[in-house]
Amino acid sequence: MAAPAITSPPATSRPATTRHIREPRSDRALNVVLIVLLALFTLTILYPFVYIVSASLSDPAAVSSGEMWLWPVGFGFDAYRAVLDYPAITRGFLNSLLYSGSAMLIGTAVTVTGGYALSRSDLVGRNLFTLVFVLTMLFSGGMIPTYLVVQQLGMLNTIWAMILPGAVSVWQLIVTRTFFQTTIPHELLECSRIDGASDMRFFLRIVLPLSKPILAVNLLLYGVATWNAYFNGLIYLTDESLYPLQLVMRNILLENTFDPSKMANADPERIAEMQQLADKLKYALIIIASIPPLIAYPFVQKHFVKGMMIGSLKG
Amino acid sequence: MSTDQETFVDQLRVDDTPRKERRRRRAQGPELENRRTVPLSRRIRHSWQLYLLLLPALVWVALFAYWPMYGIQIAFRDFTPVGGITGSDFVGWKHIEKFLHSYNFWPLLRNTLVLALYELVAGFPIPIILALALNAVRQRYFSRIVQLITYAPNFISVVVVVGILVMLLDPQTGIVPHTFELLGIAPPAFLTDPGWFRHTYVWSGIWQTAGFSAIIYLAALSSVPPELHEAAKVDGASHLRRMWHIDVPAILPIAIVLMILNVGSIMSVGFEKVLLMQNPLNLTTSQVIDTYVYEVGLKSPIPQYSYATAIGLFRSVVGLVLLVAVNALSRRITKAGLF
Repeated sequence: MAAPAITSPPATSRPATTRHIREPRSDRALNVVLIVLLALFTLTILYPFVYIVSASLSDPAAVSSGEMWLWPVGFGFDAYRAVLDYPAITRGFLNSLLYSGSAMLIGTAVTVTGGYALSRSDLVGRNLFTLVFVLTMLFSGGMIPTYLVVQQLGMLNTIWAMILPGAVSVWQLIVTRTFFQTTIPHELLECSRIDGASDMRFFLRIVLPLSKPILAVNLLLYGVATWNAYFNGLIYLTDESLYPLQLVMRNILLENTFDPSKMANADPERIAEMQQLADKLKYALIIIASIPPLIAYPFVQKHFVKGMMIGSLKG
Repeated sequence: MSTDQETFVDQLRVDDTPRKERRRRRAQGPELENRRTVPLSRRIRHSWQLYLLLLPALVWVALFAYWPMYGIQIAFRDFTPVGGITGSDFVGWKHIEKFLHSYNFWPLLRNTLVLALYELVAGFPIPIILALALNAVRQRYFSRIVQLITYAPNFISVVVVVGILVMLLDPQTGIVPHTFELLGIAPPAFLTDPGWFRHTYVWSGIWQTAGFSAIIYLAALSSVPPELHEAAKVDGASHLRRMWHIDVPAILPIAIVLMILNVGSIMSVGFEKVLLMQNPLNLTTSQVIDTYVYEVGLKSPIPQYSYATAIGLFRSVVGLVLLVAVNALSRRITKAGLF
């Protein structure tokens, strides 16, 4: 965090009268070393993405032979067309959209209202309520008892099993509470009280419009978490028409249950060709499944860092 | 120097307002904090709308956190679907003992601990180094681009990460084995060799989360007053020295808190990813406690609910004990802790 005025270029380029501290040569060397290291690290992060994108646009044979290593070889969109021909994928995509959209709204609504109530110092029993939530971060019922609860509630094989058990993240609730505590001044509440606003009205009309960063953070985190989840689907769903995209993808990519006969308009002649496309489809599928979270992320990034910082690092 | 810097984890302390601050607030806002004059019942009735706002969260936590906790008792019963949670026969410690004496116990415990410790030791310092480097580089735009790219993998799913891993490492078609062959080295069986499972698991995890984990350290670094650096510069300290004596102490409290949290979750290694990376060939190192719970309790054709719950309970209790122990140790040594 050096002030720019002090880190000056070498003294030769300056009039001798300005008394800047000359930057040691070792500092410049360090800067170069750090840039090289960071660039290497960034390339390591980037390469798999580039590879997958190129592979999805290439000729499958070139990919499996290792001929394609950076840029597409035998450019074409066949893979994406194959994805559209596979009904389970389109259905999974729509299911996932529905699940994440609902989970985003429900989770954010519950978190923001609960977080606001917990942020109010005049709530009688506030510490007790906070404890009730925080304890669940330290200890939980575990997989089987939670499964039995979902079963008892009759939610197995319904959309609710995909949304409700993970609807609230206690960690986000606490971050949201802290955000309200540190950004909504006490005086604001007093003013509104004098003007005759009820708690509810104050929350809806004053607090919410002032809290866009934390709303964005909650929407993003719940949306992405639900989009990316596969395990709930694995244990709570047996009806394949309800499978979220991640579960469909797991079955195709990792369980080798890719089944050419499931392709729409599958006639025997095309099956061999389809089999070849199978490998290629994988790459396109990965791209399609990663697009929604990666699109959402830069849009809210500004809010994200802001809301996250205020909420998590107090002061 | 930055002990007053509160992290979100400090919020876990239930009573987080300093007493002085509470007294000040009470003096400031007689309308809201008039504990002495207004009777309790009226204060509760007065803020009924706040309770209404809190209600959905309370209902959720009761249904999906406390009801399962109540259900843990089936670990001490022989659960049958007919009997339900309370109607099944009480058998005491039978299932826990069965697990402790099972031939699976030591391998499972070792796999879980080794994997988690490896992840902790390899994965913990990297975000710190990354944050220090990002903060030290003078070209701000460069550091911003690096951040933008390195955060991204955190947002893709484990299924995608494991999918990419399988594609890149596939012995026939993957680019990594191809490269090995080009260099004249026989490629190891990354995906099926039990010895390689841990490396691929841990380093792909670092690939995914290191950039994002650096955020919290970057935030701590941005609160370092620039005067400290300027003063050190005047005294002739090199940049490396300033990083060591100014930046590192600034992120130490947060690092300790995160370390405690990580140790607390050692027993629950990211099992959703482990499950995806499992195959019959690498099970000797890739079967961890949580994946075993899934296998015994839900995947198997004859699910053993009680036995699986008992194993899960063992895991949670050990995790909690570890958390408390590390916290106590840290309080004694560094005077920083969660609670």
